[in-house]
Amino acid sequence: MSLPDPAELIRQMAVDLRAHLARRAISEPRYIGIRTGGVWVAQALQEAMGDTSPMGTLDVSFYRDDFSQNGLHPQVRPSELPFEVEGQHLVLVDDVLMSGRTVRAALNELFDYGRPASVTLVCLLDLDAGELPIRPNVLGATLSLAAHERVKLTGPAPLALERQDLASASAL
Amino acid sequence: MTLSILGARVIDPNSGLDQVTDLHLDGGRIAAIGAAPAGFSASRTIQADGLVAAPGLVDLGVSLREPGYSRKGNIATETRAAVAGGVTSLCCPPQTKPVLDTSAVAELILDRAREAANSKVYPIGALTKGLEGEQLAELVALRDTGCVAFGNGLKEIPNNRTLARALEYAATFDLTVVFHSQDRDLAHGGLAHEGAMASFLGLPGIPETAETVALARNLLLVEQTGVRAHFTQITSARGARLIEQAQQLGLPVTADVALYQLILTDESLREFSSLYHVQPPLRTAADRDGLRAAVKSGVIQAISSHHQPHERDAKLAPFGATEPGISSVELLLPLAMTLVQDGLLDLPTLLARLSSGPAAALRLPAGELKVGGAADLVLFDPQASTVAGEQWFSRGENCPFIGHCLPGAVRYTLVDGHVCHEA
Amino acid sequence: MTPLDAKRPLQLNDQGQLRHFLSLDGLPRELLTEILDTADSFLEVGARAVKKVPLLRGKTVCNVFFENSTRTRTTFELAAQRLSADVISLNVSTSSTSKGETLFDTLRNLEAMAADMFVVRHSDSGAAHFIAEHVCPDVAVINGGDGRHAHPTQGMLDMLTIRRHKGSFENLSVAIVGDILHSRVARSDMLALKALGCPDIRVVGPKTLIPIGIEQYGVKVYTDLAEGLKDVDVVIMLRLQRERMAGGLLPSEGEFYRLFGLTTARLAGAKPDAIVMHPGPINRGVEIESAVADGKHSVILNQVTYGIAVRMAVLSMAMSGQNAQRQFDQENAQ
Repeated sequence: MSLPDPAELIRQMAVDLRAHLARRAISEPRYIGIRTGGVWVAQALQEAMGDTSPMGTLDVSFYRDDFSQNGLHPQVRPSELPFEVEGQHLVLVDDVLMSGRTVRAALNELFDYGRPASVTLVCLLDLDAGELPIRPNVLGATLSLAAHERVKLTGPAPLALERQDLASASAL
Repeated sequence: MTLSILGARVIDPNSGLDQVTDLHLDGGRIAAIGAAPAGFSASRTIQADGLVAAPGLVDLGVSLREPGYSRKGNIATETRAAVAGGVTSLCCPPQTKPVLDTSAVAELILDRAREAANSKVYPIGALTKGLEGEQLAELVALRDTGCVAFGNGLKEIPNNRTLARALEYAATFDLTVVFHSQDRDLAHGGLAHEGAMASFLGLPGIPETAETVALARNLLLVEQTGVRAHFTQITSARGARLIEQAQQLGLPVTADVALYQLILTDESLREFSSLYHVQPPLRTAADRDGLRAAVKSGVIQAISSHHQPHERDAKLAPFGATEPGISSVELLLPLAMTLVQDGLLDLPTLLARLSSGPAAALRLPAGELKVGGAADLVLFDPQASTVAGEQWFSRGENCPFIGHCLPGAVRYTLVDGHVCHEA
Repeated sequence: MTPLDAKRPLQLNDQGQLRHFLSLDGLPRELLTEILDTADSFLEVGARAVKKVPLLRGKTVCNVFFENSTRTRTTFELAAQRLSADVISLNVSTSSTSKGETLFDTLRNLEAMAADMFVVRHSDSGAAHFIAEHVCPDVAVINGGDGRHAHPTQGMLDMLTIRRHKGSFENLSVAIVGDILHSRVARSDMLALKALGCPDIRVVGPKTLIPIGIEQYGVKVYTDLAEGLKDVDVVIMLRLQRERMAGGLLPSEGEFYRLFGLTTARLAGAKPDAIVMHPGPINRGVEIESAVADGKHSVILNQVTYGIAVRMAVLSMAMSGQNAQRQFDQENAQ
C-alpha cells in the first residue's frame, strides 16, 4: 500500500479546518505544533490557511507518562508559546496519531500555561491504534499498519512519509 | 618432636646458603642442615620438593590490638593471621589501651602470645608515659619484661629538648629507639600526600616536608646522643636519601618501609576508597620508585606489613571520617613476592629484607636458619599463587588486596619446630 | 597493581546515562551539554504561570544536609518541587565521635522509608562517592557539595550562565579568583570549563590559596590580579572565609581586598563586555566591591535562576538513569 503525499493531505485539511472553524465561529486561532513532526505540519497548514500569526511549538518531554519506563528523552528542547494561552482558541497540530498519549501530554502541558477557550486537534495521519479516547477534529488520512510497521514524517521541505519496519535492523 | 623437611630449596640470607637440601628439626631447634644427625628418626616428614624453606619472616610492625581494641582484633587472631603470612616473629607497637608503658601491660601481651602459640611477639615499649611526649617511661623495667625497643608511635614528641633527653637515656642502656618521622604541625589536619592527587580530590595534604623535617631533626639528635635508631615507615624518596646520607656518615641507623608503600601510590585514592586511607600517607610514584631503590640497595633493610586491622565501621564512612590502616600481615609473603615478580629483587634479597634485615635492625634472636638455632621457618611454593581473602584469619578485613591473585603461597609456618600454619 | 575497585564509572549506568551526580570528573562533553540543554528547557518552565512539570510526581527527594546551607538547600527544594516531587529536608549536625555511623544509618533509614533520591551536602571530601558506592547504589545520589572536592551542580549552573551570556566556550577566557585551595566550586568549574573546551582558564590568588599541582586541570596560575584579569571574558569570584586568616594563610581581609578584590578599577582590565559571577553568598568589601556586585557586568542574581533550572535537569536526568538501569537489569534477568 503506498503512502499518501503530505502536501495533498494538508491541502484537504486546510479546507476541512476552515469549515470546522466556521462552524464553531472561531476567527483568530493560534497554531501550536507538537515537536518535531507536528511543527512542520503546523507550519505547512498555517501557510495553506493563509495565516501569518505567530506559531507555538510544544515539547511534551516533561509531560509524558512513560518516564518510569523510558526515562527522559535525550533531546529535550524548550517549548515556545509566543502568545497567551488564557482564553485563546488553539489549533493543536501533530503529525501521526497513534496511542493518543502524546496528545494527552500536550493537553496537560497547555493547561499549565493557562485555560484555553478551546482546543481543536488536527492530525496528518491516524493509525487507528488509539489507547485513549482521543479523536482529531480534522484528519488527513487514516492508515492501517501491521504490528511491526511504523510510519515517519520527514521534512521540513519537502514533507514526505516513510514506512519503517521494526523487525529490520533499523528498529528504534 | 622431630621433623624432617626434605628437598626444599633452603635459603638463609644471613649465611648466604641457597641450595636444595634437607632440614632436620629436634626439640624446637634445627638439628642439622643436610644429612640427618646420627640416630635421628623423624616423627614427621614433610616432602618439600619445589618449596622454598626460609627463616620465618620477621615483621617489625604488627598491631595486635590487645589490650584495648578488641573490636579490631586480639593477640590470638592477629598472630594466627601472621603465621598464615609466614611471619614467625613480630613486633607490636605501644599504642594499646592502656599504652604499653608499664611492665604489667608487657607481661599481659607476652602471656597472651604464649597462650596463642602462633608467632613470637617482641613488644615495642612506649618511650614516654602514655605516649604523651612529656615524661619518660620506665625503659629499663620494660626492657627487663621483654620490650626490645622503644617508640612514641606516630605521636611526635613536640619538645626537642624532651626528645633529646629521652634519647640520651635510652643510649645509656644501649636501647634502640624506633622513630616515626612526621612533624605534627606540618601534618596537621592532613589526610593524604600533599600533591596533585590530594589537590584534585580536595583532601587536606601532608607535605613531604612533614616527614623530612622530622627525619632531619631526628637524625641530628641521633648523631648528638649516639642512640641506636631505627626509622620506621619511611614514605618518601627524599626521606630514604636522608637515611642513606646518615648511614654513609656512619650513624647506627636502620630503616623499614611498609610493604604497601612499595606497591601503592596516591593514585589509589582517586575513588575515595577508605581502604587506601593510611598514616603516614601513600605518596607519589616517584616516591615509590625511590623507596624501591632504597630497598634494593639495602639502605632500607626491612620490609614490614604495618598491619592495622579495623572493624568494619571504622572504614565505612566518608574518607576523612575513617580510621587509617591496612590489614595485611597474612599476605606478607605473597604480597612481597610481587617485588620479585616485578624484577626489583631476587628471592634471596627479598627474604633478607623480610627476615635477617628486620631481625638485625632490632637485634632480635630471629631471621636466620642455623644449626642449633630456633626452628622458626616458613615453607612456601614460589610457583603457586594465593587468592587473597579466600581464607582470612585477621579480624580486620580492611585490605585493598583482597580478591587479588598474588604470587607464591605459604605452605607451612613453623615456630620452635611446631607447625602453626599449614595450607 | 591496579585497585580492583577501578571498574565502570560510578555515576553512569550501562548506557552511559547519569544515575548519580557526584562530580564532573570523567563526564563526557556530550553529557555536560545535554545537562545544559535540558536546563534551558526548564528555564522556560520557570517563566510560565504554572512553574511545575509532572516529571517526578509521586517520587520522594530527600535533601540531607550535614553541612549548613540555606541557599543551596532552598534551590534544591524548589527544583524538586517544580518537578512535582515530594521533598523532605533534613539538617543533620555531625558530632565528631559518631560521624561515620550517623551518616550511614541516617541514609539507610531514609532509604527504607522509600526515598527515591538523595541530595547530600557534607563537609568531608568524598562523602557523596561514599554514599553512592556503599550506602545506596540504587538510589540516585546528587552531590550538593562535599568538603573541598566538588559542587557539580554549581559548576553546571556556572557553565549555563556563561553559555547564555557568551554563547560558546570556544574562544573564551575565564578567570577564577580567590581561595581556590578550599573551594569545591573552583574545582568543579575548572573541570567543566576544560571538558567544554574553554582554551584559557586562569586561577588567580596568593600561593597559600592555590593548591599544588593545579596545572593538571589545564589552568594557568596567576598571583597578580591585573595580569590575571587582562582581557578576560568571565570573572568568577570566590568567597573568602574568615577562618583563612586564623590559619595563617592570609594576614588580613584588608590586604586580600587590596591585592585580589574585584573593584571597578580592576575590572576595567577585562574585556568591556566581561561578566562577573560569584557562587554566593558575597562578602562585600572582602572579595568584591559593592559597585561591581550590583553593577552592569554582574550576573550574580541570574546565576540563582539558572541554578534552579540546572538542578531540575540533574534531578530528572539522574532519576531517568536509575529507572533505565532498573529496566535494563530486569530485562537482562529474564
